Amino acid sequence: MADMSGKSAIGEGRWPDYRRAAGITARAIAAVAGGYALASLSAVALTVILPLSRLDAVLTGMMVSFAVYAAAVIWVFAAPSAARAWGWMGAAAVVLASVAMLGHWQGAGQVLP
Amino acid sequence: VKAGFRQSMAWLHAWSGLLAGWILFAVFLTGTASYFRPEITYWMRPEAHVAAPGPYSAQPMVDHLSRAAPSGFTISLPDERNPLASAFWRDPTAGGRGFRQAMLDPVTGTPLKGRETRGGEFFYRLHFQLHYVPPIWGRWIVGFCAMMMLTAIISGIVTHRRIFADFFTFRPRKGQRSWLDAHAATATLALPYHLMITYTGLVTLMLMYMPWGVQVAYQGDNRAFTTEIFGRLDPGRPSGRAAPLVPVDPLLAEASRLWGGAAPTRLVVTHPGDAASRVEVSRGPEGRLSNARDTIIFSGATGAVAGREGHGTGAAAAHGVLYGLHLGRFAGPALRALFFLSALAGTAMVGTGLILWAVKERQAASKAGRFGFGVRLVEVLNLAAVAGLPVAMAGFFWLNRLLPAEMPGRSEWEVDGFFMLWGACLLHAALRLGSRRGWVEQLALGGLLGIGLPVLNACTTSWHIGASIPAGEWRLAGLDLTVAAFGAMLLGGATYLLRRKAELPRVARNRAARRADSAEAEAAS
Repeated sequence: MADMSGKSAIGEGRWPDYRRAAGITARAIAAVAGGYALASLSAVALTVILPLSRLDAVLTGMMVSFAVYAAAVIWVFAAPSAARAWGWMGAAAVVLASVAMLGHWQGAGQVLP
Repeated sequence: VKAGFRQSMAWLHAWSGLLAGWILFAVFLTGTASYFRPEITYWMRPEAHVAAPGPYSAQPMVDHLSRAAPSGFTISLPDERNPLASAFWRDPTAGGRGFRQAMLDPVTGTPLKGRETRGGEFFYRLHFQLHYVPPIWGRWIVGFCAMMMLTAIISGIVTHRRIFADFFTFRPRKGQRSWLDAHAATATLALPYHLMITYTGLVTLMLMYMPWGVQVAYQGDNRAFTTEIFGRLDPGRPSGRAAPLVPVDPLLAEASRLWGGAAPTRLVVTHPGDAASRVEVSRGPEGRLSNARDTIIFSGATGAVAGREGHGTGAAAAHGVLYGLHLGRFAGPALRALFFLSALAGTAMVGTGLILWAVKERQAASKAGRFGFGVRLVEVLNLAAVAGLPVAMAGFFWLNRLLPAEMPGRSEWEVDGFFMLWGACLLHAALRLGSRRGWVEQLALGGLLGIGLPVLNACTTSWHIGASIPAGEWRLAGLDLTVAAFGAMLLGGATYLLRRKAELPRVARNRAARRADSAEAEAAS
């Protein structure tokens, strides 16, 4: 059975206390704020690119976004280091934002009623 | 799966579960009670108890309200689970948000006399927007905790890779090991339910949590969006020409016919007595999963069908189904009981998780020889949440019977009393430092309040179980008996702890040492 008390790769390791605390804080911020940003971007990107009515596209984006949020949090804490977590999160955000922008320009006529 | 990944997930599971755990425990337990919201409300209004309701007419209620609320009103119609009707209407002279509401006697249509109470609505509201904080903050806090719950469930699945083996494993009376087994069993027992209820809970408030798609697709025009999602047709303005309202009962029958026999649950009348008046009839939960609106609109002056709202397709229908799954209003008695038991398993999962964390930390701390502030804080909060909340909930029912029926501000006093009791439990937990003795005392108090409730009910009302069971009034008897059964369980817990206390000092040292050894051996393997 895996240990659940907090003594693991994240909770305790090679690093001195303050570095560990800084790493955990960085991951927590990435998970809570970064995860929400990523979920929001995925909702917007889906709204823009899905070939559905605007109502269906918006609702689908919203419903999927929570899964994206959960996946982002899992990823942030599974990443080998906090810096890596932030890096991947930034890259994913750029991709989603580009998709949203491109879709918005391309289909500007379709998105609007 | 790599060991490092599982370790990270174990860490995430432990911390997201702990930090959100106390709020989640309250959300789960009050949410569980909310499956019986109408029954609780009915029980808490003893003056309104009527003999088995027959077919009713909406006409007296509409006649009365047309005079009291000339700009329009909404009536929740009686149904199998709730024999009373209630109504609300806008009234600029009312305080707060400018609404008035009343329970109606379906026979006379006039507001019922009797004690004011929030009833089951209190637990229902508490479970998604807390209390004493602005509702919008409460919803964000609960949403945040729900998101923590979702990640805790996913990381928990990764951590406990032996899901089926865990379910069939229980090693009683072995301290930490037993808590771990209980936690894993309650989690795996109803795992699909836990995932469903957490995710659909987020979906019920997603329009607030995740509004960014609306900003893009509707250019921030929220009105246009809500019009589309709910299929709302604008009620329009009064014409100024008088025209009597047609009888409403035939309209209800016509709506029911259009739905293939499903009963109407809600009636909205706008501008009664005006030529432009409108009667909206909405469908109830029976016979469909979805909670989406399905409303037929009649002209109030002619009685002709003027339109139909709802009927979402695609994602809107999916949203309605997810929403409906969370509320579970479609469920008949057997499925409702299953939902209730699953929700109890969820509550137990959160509770045992919290206790497991404390037991583990206490063991680590006693090995290190000092108890930090963190462990003590967790133990105090665990006691106040897990044992204190049932005390407050049972106390809420007691206050409903004990506070004078005519007391001013009565329903607020019930709610304030609930929080005073819960606060007292927190204070008591702090004084007892979350110790075993504290657990025994709070469990015993909750147990006595629970078992005593049918007795109190018999002393204060005529609808006690001696009367309700012979009359077949299971709506009322069910609450007495369920609360008493929970009380018996709490008392059982208290006596168990008390008895264990006697044998503990002798064997505790040996057992703790053995436990630590085997835990180390397992961690190393």
